Amino acid sequence: MVEVQLDTQCLSEGRLEHVLRSGRFAVTAELNPPDSADPQEVYEAALVLSEVCDAINATDGAGANCHMSSVAMCALLTRAGYAPVFQVSCRDRNRIAIQGDVLGAAAMGVCNVLCLTGDDVSVGDQPQAKRVFDFDSIQLLRTIKIMRDRGMFLSGRKITDPPQLFIGAVSNPFVPPYDWRAQRLAKKIEAGADFIQSQYCFDVPRFRQFMRQVCDLGLHKKVFYLVGVGPLRSDKTAEFMRTRVPGIHIPDEIVERLHKTPPQKKREEGKRICVEIIQQVREIEGVAGVHVMAYRQEELVAEIIEEAGLLPRPRRIGGPEPDSDRDRVRRSKSK
Amino acid sequence: MSIGKWLQNHPRLLERAYQFSHWFFKRLNPLISRFGYQRTDRLMRTGEEWSKKIIFDCRMCGQCILHSTGMTCPMTCPKNLRNGPCGGVRANGCCEVIPEMKCIWVEAYERSLDMPVFGPDIIHIQPPVNRQLEGSSAWINMLTEVDKSVPRGWGNG
Repeated sequence: MVEVQLDTQCLSEGRLEHVLRSGRFAVTAELNPPDSADPQEVYEAALVLSEVCDAINATDGAGANCHMSSVAMCALLTRAGYAPVFQVSCRDRNRIAIQGDVLGAAAMGVCNVLCLTGDDVSVGDQPQAKRVFDFDSIQLLRTIKIMRDRGMFLSGRKITDPPQLFIGAVSNPFVPPYDWRAQRLAKKIEAGADFIQSQYCFDVPRFRQFMRQVCDLGLHKKVFYLVGVGPLRSDKTAEFMRTRVPGIHIPDEIVERLHKTPPQKKREEGKRICVEIIQQVREIEGVAGVHVMAYRQEELVAEIIEEAGLLPRPRRIGGPEPDSDRDRVRRSKSK
Repeated sequence: MSIGKWLQNHPRLLERAYQFSHWFFKRLNPLISRFGYQRTDRLMRTGEEWSKKIIFDCRMCGQCILHSTGMTCPMTCPKNLRNGPCGGVRANGCCEVIPEMKCIWVEAYERSLDMPVFGPDIIHIQPPVNRQLEGSSAWINMLTEVDKSVPRGWGNG
């Protein structure tokens, strides 16, 4: 197994940042939270993912549907020694709640945080809810950066032990205004993003065009860009996703390809498309990793990562098995 | 097309109007200051709300940044985003939340290109909204500069 050297420039103690800063191709995966109060469901899903990726994303009410909270998932994951990415959306909480959660998450050993605007309440199962959006994603990014780098809350009040976080943002190059998407990325980097996880990429030519703009602006040297990928179960799923789920662009060729595949082979074909996309985007300048989102198909994640040739995942030096971000934080603090 | 929409689609005109109003209020500032900001705010509020409502569908956030957002009010975005579009914009450029409405950020970017003076300001990071200013006159807040005050931690980033 490849071992990652600790980089002195690291801002967090997490595995994801170490993998990226050491120049290795990173893999993250999304863990969809259960509709259950049983922690075992989180552990079972995490066990499969942890072997094949460098960090596990805990989604925050994805699609504006109610599930176990992301901060609680992170608490469970760090307790079991996994490395989560704490997703924070601006939809449900105001600035007071968010800053408190970020501090709490860091105290529980969370090393990575991902800032999102969040899907609107109208697409979820409780459209009657009040939308908060006290912050937008860029204000959220900068606020967390202020907490980390200046050791204070937004109000200016001091934080005695600032959260050491690797700060992430999202990017969606596949929806309008296309010409401004690279500019928007630049704004997110200026606000404090250290890494990016993108929306599902099914349109490689468009992504390539976007990355060219990113490289022209020199942004690929300032941020680690992880491309979002995922398997499509069938042409029906693809159709549903592109019409009903906000922000997902799937070109006709992909839907057509799945449509032509016999029913029993559709799932396999969807997986193959995903692997092909990973292999293609890997070659694009500025891409630092992939983020696998396999909604309700988590069992496919390991196969996809293996078939894309991304195994074995690097481990850190001197860590227990599996290496725990929380333990590392404790060790560094006790020094 | 309504008069408001027509004006918004001529951002260069609005930019000029903004520059003039800015100059006008600054000139009037000593007088307003003597008369009292709070009293002027009360007098101006309705007129300001009414006029800005017609043109921009203003939501009276009290800290107007129209000139930095392509003369398109960011508070009309259902998510109140002040720093650019979310990732949910539809392929036809319409809003995720209100499918029949064009994404206000798609419009903002297009309009900013036709604004020689303030157009480039669209790339600036906008601080979090001060919700205490909701409902007050943005022009008066501009004169007293409370619209520029940011949380102490925000500083220069």
